[in-house]
Amino acid sequence: MALAMVNVTASVLNWVSSYFDAPTRAVVFGVPIDGHLVVEALLVVVILFQLTRKSYKPPKKPLTEKEIDELCDDWVPEPLTPQITEDMTYEPPTLESAAGPHAIVNGKEVVNFASANYLGLVGNEKITDSCVGALEKYGVGSCGPRGFYGTIDVHLDCEQKIAKFLGTPDSILYSYGISTIFSVIPAFCKKGDIIVADEGVHWAVQNGLYLSRSTVVYFKHNDMKSLENKLEEVTRRSKHPEKVRRYIVVEAIYQNSGQIAPLDEIVRLKEKYRFRIILDESHSFGVLGNSGRGLADHCGVPIEKIDIITAGMGNALATDGGFCTGSVRVVDHQRLSSSGYVFSASLPPYLASAAIAAVDYLEENPSVLSKLRTNIATLFNELSDVPGLVLASHILSPIVFLKLKKSTGTGKTDIDLLDSIAKQALEEDSVLIATTKRSSLDKCKLPIGLRLFVSASHSESDLLKAAASLKRVAALLIS
Amino acid sequence: MVRLPYTTALTTLFSYGLLFVFGQLRDFFRKLLGWIRKPKDQLKGYAPICLGLEDFYVRRLYLRIQDCFGRPIASAPDSWFDVVERCSNDNNKTLHRTEKTSRCLNLGSYNYLGFAAADEYCTPRVIQSLKEYSASTCSTRVEGGTTKLHVELEELVARFVGKEAAILFGMGYVTNSALIPCIIGKGGLIISDSLNHNSIVNGARGSGATVRVFQHNTPSHLEEVLREQIAEGQPRTHRPWKKIIVIVEGIYSMEGELCKLPEIIAVCKKYKAYTYLDEAHSIGAVGKSGRGVCELLGVDPADVDIMMGTFTKSFGSCGGYIAASKEIIQYLKFSCPAHLYATSMSPPAVQQVISAIKVILGEDGSSRGAQKLARIRENSNFFRSELQKMGFEVLGDNDSPVMPIMLYNPAKIPAFSRECLRQNVAVVTVAFPATPLLLARARICISASHTREDLIKALEVISKVGDLIGVKYFPAEPPKHLNQGHNKLE
Repeated sequence: MALAMVNVTASVLNWVSSYFDAPTRAVVFGVPIDGHLVVEALLVVVILFQLTRKSYKPPKKPLTEKEIDELCDDWVPEPLTPQITEDMTYEPPTLESAAGPHAIVNGKEVVNFASANYLGLVGNEKITDSCVGALEKYGVGSCGPRGFYGTIDVHLDCEQKIAKFLGTPDSILYSYGISTIFSVIPAFCKKGDIIVADEGVHWAVQNGLYLSRSTVVYFKHNDMKSLENKLEEVTRRSKHPEKVRRYIVVEAIYQNSGQIAPLDEIVRLKEKYRFRIILDESHSFGVLGNSGRGLADHCGVPIEKIDIITAGMGNALATDGGFCTGSVRVVDHQRLSSSGYVFSASLPPYLASAAIAAVDYLEENPSVLSKLRTNIATLFNELSDVPGLVLASHILSPIVFLKLKKSTGTGKTDIDLLDSIAKQALEEDSVLIATTKRSSLDKCKLPIGLRLFVSASHSESDLLKAAASLKRVAALLIS
Repeated sequence: MVRLPYTTALTTLFSYGLLFVFGQLRDFFRKLLGWIRKPKDQLKGYAPICLGLEDFYVRRLYLRIQDCFGRPIASAPDSWFDVVERCSNDNNKTLHRTEKTSRCLNLGSYNYLGFAAADEYCTPRVIQSLKEYSASTCSTRVEGGTTKLHVELEELVARFVGKEAAILFGMGYVTNSALIPCIIGKGGLIISDSLNHNSIVNGARGSGATVRVFQHNTPSHLEEVLREQIAEGQPRTHRPWKKIIVIVEGIYSMEGELCKLPEIIAVCKKYKAYTYLDEAHSIGAVGKSGRGVCELLGVDPADVDIMMGTFTKSFGSCGGYIAASKEIIQYLKFSCPAHLYATSMSPPAVQQVISAIKVILGEDGSSRGAQKLARIRENSNFFRSELQKMGFEVLGDNDSPVMPIMLYNPAKIPAFSRECLRQNVAVVTVAFPATPLLLARARICISASHTREDLIKALEVISKVGDLIGVKYFPAEPPKHLNQGHNKLE
């Protein structure tokens, strides 16, 4: 048996080696094919075959229809809005007359400090007449966006008037106050641009900054040292400073605190670090400066140094809408790429003619500004010693802002306390004051407080009445 | 749906290509000249405020046909109005107003029920409210800007639309872009129609939620997207979505189509998604009593979670509203930034809407409202069928007052617009970027104040101009009397 195995093995070996050592059977392309070459070729083929096999991974199975059905059945969405709590049921006071310095609320006459009617133009005869004329000629709405027959000649006249008043080459009208700034910023700032903004800017500016997708850096509220530090940091970090657009975004009078931005400082910093300024003058247009031309007039800065100025007209001009002004390039660019201008219906013509009449009035009666300044000074003086509240606004600001000296603990109790002060002032002393409301989407961290909007048509007795009422109520409610 | 003929697509692409090449050539020469001249010292160190690439379309294509857009008018946007003539000294780069005006037929303004000009019922009341409440309240709604008129209008709108409560805003654009971030945030999903308006896109972007798009007006694709998204969950973490909102419009302003609302509502109910309906163009204009697409398509308003609309189009005023359940409106009044920070709607504009709704409902004691609604329906259907008979490619559904006529070629856009203006008919032409590049169109908006004679004149002019520039892409139906003659012979 063993001998047979040995014999078989030996003969197989002989047979194999004879093939190996066999004389050349074929010549292909001048290369003699020896026996061993065949084995080597077979080996290479086997290696290649193994390399092309996929490595073992458990196969990925997509979800079956039944599984998707189950997941869809199991999924429970959150309710669309959260549960309504007690503090959400706030009902604001309803006016039954025009929002002038004296208004009627619930049948009683009250002194109105909640309307930003700085020049007292609410109820002005000339403005009402021009509105009536416009209503009879054009109707109420303009029925179309600016690009499609919504441009009415009063819009063009209004734009020319504002540009001439401010001394800029051109201006552009928007149909709503807050949509102005959040359409202008995304039109000029895109992804990759750098914006340095004040942390106290209001929601519309924050929304514009978010929609622009640029890099935003905030500096401490109205603090020039902090601004300089941030500008230094940003310039140092930026790799190609000449290819990236850089902006500083500030408000002239901050509606969250009543502070005024020091424009001359900001212009000096802008020229040093090569930034551009976007200035929101909603509450300072028609208020600051010897002729009401705004912050540039007040600080003595030539208007060409500010690149983009925007303002809402719902305050001093007692109308609605907004405008933006700057160089011809700035304004022309917005006519095609600003979403709030292109995709929205234009301003109703009677509001545009009210704006023209308001600017005319301001040019003809500059004395109204000194009356406003006297009123602000009087009220500021009177309110400097209210128990429990401290003045936080600038001495020249028409928004007189009072915040709590000491917080009561949580934000919610602060809001409740301020609301009850305002409510009692309205019910007992017939003085209408507003507390600042913050939306849940607002990222501003500045303290809330009480806001009084001073108007040029308030009389001295109105101001004294408001101050006396606040002192009395605050003494009662703030322990 | 648009059926783009092959040869038309080729010629359109060729035209755009030619314009592009010429534009690049001119840009090259401009750069050369700018390099030769010294740069201004003032701008040294600053990046240009508008980058060259962003402006290319504006400088090289749009400026050539600038006179077709933004035409100023000197009277109310009624069925006939005065268009101000403009002239240019530098080949359309800048346009200057002249004193001359021409009286034209208005086929471009959104004046569906004819409330645009002074109206016999509305205007005296508006002037009365102007004298009483003045042009503006200078204050936000929560401080001192809520007047009796605002409260009355909110109740009236809720009653008109068929929901529990409503909230007003001073501008339609802001209504969408400030409201969507309020009701959904990070961790939520927005599924919106591919042809939604820019305000909805902005609002969706500003909310921080994930946005997905479904094919225009296709409920089956919506269902596919919903199933896929619910099964997968949030991107990367695969946690379940917090909530899903589907946003559609009633009438799409560039297509003139009605939304397939019953099917979409059925899909949303099945998958527990919330629905948001934007009725900017359809409220007041469609439906037997003007209540919008819900009435026209037989959908119960309680099935739509949030209904939004604007007052600019059918009511001749400005502003927007949201109508929903009491809890949602209460929450919005507490936290929506447009309610808390924006100046309240101007009181005369509020009074205009109140009067307009009263006319539509017939509460003013006359039947003018019902007449207007019947007239706009008749006018739209008559105009659309006549245009189709002439061989134009007209989009949109029956009963919709918006009808786009396809032009396609970039050269036909200014040709159509200028020829029609020469014959005293004012039309609106729309091109890129409001529509896709190859699908430029002229959009007609019919109003209830157009009389039959006005429409016949418009049809004549459009037919002549259409023959002249060659936009009758389909074979025209032969006129009726020829057919009868044929039968007689046989």
